Amino acid sequence: MSATREPALAHYVAAEPFEPYAAEQLTPEQERFYRASQWRIMWWRFRRHRIAVVSAAILVLLYATTLVSEFLAPYNLHTRDSRHIYAPPQEVRLFDQGRLVGPFVYGYSMHLNMQTLTREYTPDPAKVQPLRFFCLGDEYRFWGLVEGRFHLLCPAEGGTLYLLGTDRLGRDLLSRIVYGTRISLTIGLLGIAVSFLIGITLGGISGYYGGWVDTLIQRLIEMVRSFPELPLWMALSAALPVNWSPLLIYFGITIILGLLDWPGLARAVRSKFLALREEDFATAAVLMGATPGRVIGRHLLPSFASHLIASVTLSVPGMILGETALSFLGLGLRPPVTSWGVLLNEAQNINVVALYPWLLLPVVPVFVVVLAFNFFGDGLRDAADPYK
Amino acid sequence: MLTYTIRRILIMIPTLLVISFVTFAIIKLPPGDFLSNQIAELKSQGDSAALEKVEFLRKQYGLDKPFVEQYAAWVGMWRSERGFSGLLQGDWGWSFEYDLPVSAVVGDRMLLSFVLNFTVILFTWAVAFPIGVYAATHQYSWGDHGLTLLGYVGLATPNFLFALVLMYFANVQFGLAIGGIMDAEFLDQPWSLAKVGSVLTHLWIPVIVIGTSGTAAMIRRLRANLLDELQKQYVVTARAKGMPQFSLLIKYPLRMALNPFIADIGNLLPSVISGSAIVAVVLSLQTSGPMLLEALRSQDQYLAGSFLMFLALLTVIGMFISDLLLAVLDPRIRLGGGATK
Repeated sequence: MSATREPALAHYVAAEPFEPYAAEQLTPEQERFYRASQWRIMWWRFRRHRIAVVSAAILVLLYATTLVSEFLAPYNLHTRDSRHIYAPPQEVRLFDQGRLVGPFVYGYSMHLNMQTLTREYTPDPAKVQPLRFFCLGDEYRFWGLVEGRFHLLCPAEGGTLYLLGTDRLGRDLLSRIVYGTRISLTIGLLGIAVSFLIGITLGGISGYYGGWVDTLIQRLIEMVRSFPELPLWMALSAALPVNWSPLLIYFGITIILGLLDWPGLARAVRSKFLALREEDFATAAVLMGATPGRVIGRHLLPSFASHLIASVTLSVPGMILGETALSFLGLGLRPPVTSWGVLLNEAQNINVVALYPWLLLPVVPVFVVVLAFNFFGDGLRDAADPYK
Repeated sequence: MLTYTIRRILIMIPTLLVISFVTFAIIKLPPGDFLSNQIAELKSQGDSAALEKVEFLRKQYGLDKPFVEQYAAWVGMWRSERGFSGLLQGDWGWSFEYDLPVSAVVGDRMLLSFVLNFTVILFTWAVAFPIGVYAATHQYSWGDHGLTLLGYVGLATPNFLFALVLMYFANVQFGLAIGGIMDAEFLDQPWSLAKVGSVLTHLWIPVIVIGTSGTAAMIRRLRANLLDELQKQYVVTARAKGMPQFSLLIKYPLRMALNPFIADIGNLLPSVISGSAIVAVVLSLQTSGPMLLEALRSQDQYLAGSFLMFLALLTVIGMFISDLLLAVLDPRIRLGGGATK
């Protein structure tokens, strides 16, 4: 502070007003991000996973169809057409000999091949059968309750409309697949509900209390996991009483599927519990006198609910495939309950593949749904931890 | 290492006991049993000589006894009509349907099951390993995306259907008759070189079919593990020092990523055995699957029980081996107590 020294620089004062927080000012996007709830951020992250979003849309659509299967299917589930057994798929056309007719199909002309003893169907250009939309067709009971005849799509009067062909009783495969969706898709959900219940309870107890309870449950999990699933499923479903109604069998199968699925979930729940119960907020809750039930339900569960949902989504396809396999072997669902597996049961030998390849078509929805669930689950899992 | 091995073996014993109990309980779940069904049938026919024999069998194998006693006799911990003679003594019981001891019925089937499952594991590894490494080192390339997609397709196709279609194409395109695990004329023959050759030519279809689903999961896990490792500092350091890419990959990150890969046998085995059970039914392989299915349907309890126990044993021993390998690789497990995961 000596007066003798000249200042090196002239005194300078900036003209702008002084704002000490200018550097820390948030842009509107950042502000939106920091203020958003956890679920909202998860949604943003999920949205970035394109394939997962598409998969989610497909799944929503498929589940929506199960609500109105009767309306969407052109035929009733059980309608038999003895004149068209093992008929190949009919192709939808727009033009008949250069003339626009709108969507129509050619009728079949059938003759018996006496050498191979098979029916041979050929499209007959003389029979032009225009499709009808929003029309009256086969009778059905909507969800088994309300009678109706209204369909999205019907064959022409006196004509046929087998877009995916027919089976050995002359039943329309497309309609059967549409009805099968209802069973195949819900069986996964119900199975998951069972496994979810067991998994969360046992995993939660194991993780929260620790000690010998934990050891016991861990051993149990190891044992269940070390058992090959399918043989055990086979044994369990072979044990279902023969005199049960198809509906009871359906519930039996869902429970069997769920019974073997829980260990993975229980393990995930336990490891999350072990990590989270050491967190400050859990300790704080305990110190403030919260009961174990409240600590678990109000503080611990919500903080890893997203993980749970993701891992659950990833185990649905396993169940759908499991049901398909069991029904294929004839151990699962029984007709008249119709699932994709039951439909595939008809395609059991190599002759079918050679002669009536369209009977393999129910595998397409299985494939699509399993893939969609996998991608959807992947997307959810990536989004589950939005703060990473 | 020795203490770890011993501890691990000690854990296996109660596991197998519980599994055997659950197995037996499930088999006994449906009302009635094979013999009582047969007795009812014979009574309606009035065949007294056969009836006597069945009654004798029923007594001999204690099917009239309470459940727990039957179970204990089956395992060999209880004195039955035939003395201590159960799984522990190497007696698998009697197959009522074939009217032969189970060990005579199953014959080669268990061996073939073992060979099949073992080959599938080897196949899965051989395919998943290079593909997983490639996908990780070429992340987001076309190859990576393509292989990932292929993996997903393998995951989503039901095994049995894939088997059917492959069988059809192999038949049409190459004229291969591929039902069964060997040519029919070898079925009851003693083992010879020609028989082994026949098995080998038939083995590839089931191996590919069963292998596909497990391979997909394995590729994805190896890829994820390796990707984690590749981002770590030591890799960057080694690169900065000018280490050749390939030997760097082999020497450090791959080793680290190998651990979960080994641990995966444990996860892989149950699914492989499940897969082989159903594929065997479709391809009518002479392994345990089709006979198990049949035995379950006809309530041939000792036959079904033997198969289920055999499959469980295969899994448990496989997991044991994978844990041991893991312990060899990772000193933390070997020294740090029983925590394997």
